[in-house]
Amino acid sequence: MHWNSVSEFFAMGGYAFYVWGSFGLTAVVVVGEVLLLRAQRKTVLRNLRNELLAESNPT
Amino acid sequence: MNTRVIHWFKFASPQNFYVLAGRMWPWFATLAALLTAVGLWISFFVAPTDAQQGEGYRIIFVHVPTSQMSMFIYLVMAAWAGFGLAFNTRLSGMMASALAPTGALFAFLSLVTGALWGKPMWGAWWVWDARLTSELILLFLYLGFLALQASIDDPRRADKACAVLALVGVVNVPIIYFSVKWWNTLHQGASVSLTRSPTMASTMLWGMLIMVVACWMYAITIALLRVRNIILERERHTEWVKHALE
Repeated sequence: MHWNSVSEFFAMGGYAFYVWGSFGLTAVVVVGEVLLLRAQRKTVLRNLRNELLAESNPT
Repeated sequence: MNTRVIHWFKFASPQNFYVLAGRMWPWFATLAALLTAVGLWISFFVAPTDAQQGEGYRIIFVHVPTSQMSMFIYLVMAAWAGFGLAFNTRLSGMMASALAPTGALFAFLSLVTGALWGKPMWGAWWVWDARLTSELILLFLYLGFLALQASIDDPRRADKACAVLALVGVVNVPIIYFSVKWWNTLHQGASVSLTRSPTMASTMLWGMLIMVVACWMYAITIALLRVRNIILERERHTEWVKHALE
């Protein structure tokens, strides 16, 4: 461990914006893609169920 | 006769692959999470400070994995596309479409993390350097693939058109890879190569390699999840999907 304090860790030797910007943006993209896929799956399933319902109960 | 032969083509049917993908993705997701945790630990707490670049070099732990992933996903996507053109299998086009958005995101991350490294180290967010420019073209190829697919209503025709685009674009991948050798670029050469020993401390190298494998596991997880959505959507009028829902 080469960090003497928490604030030193977050300062990243003066490169805080660049280092945390890189890791932060990547984390946002990764989490966002996972959430988007979950929402997409829910939409697909809901549409499918609606189609099935419409077929079985013709009005 | 050997009865334990695996019938690979069985999984070429979307119905069987849907089930297989559903069983596989949790394993890849677990591996991705574990490897990311270990990789991040090494990136921030084990790998030493770089003599020249200080703490700023730690960007490579996310830049290198995303960059190699953007190129590798393109190759896999083009391979599926080529397979689809040659054998006319439905699943191939679905796999190619499942990979394209993730590849585009990795290309985007590669460019942005590269810019965030370039600003403090080179003094510029962007230069029209061979490596950077060819990576930007890779992002445009992914976006072209996605746009072309969105513009054709019939999914099977879209698959074929996109497959041709994906295969033509493959020429760009070796250009990106060798750009640092072929031209005088500002971008540094490969830190890791198969032909000579790496030019970095072994803990840095290990951190980077673990992050690379974590990205692979993530990309596989995402591709499996997305292809399941695509299969459900495209096969929605088949009996098996109706049964699967009940």
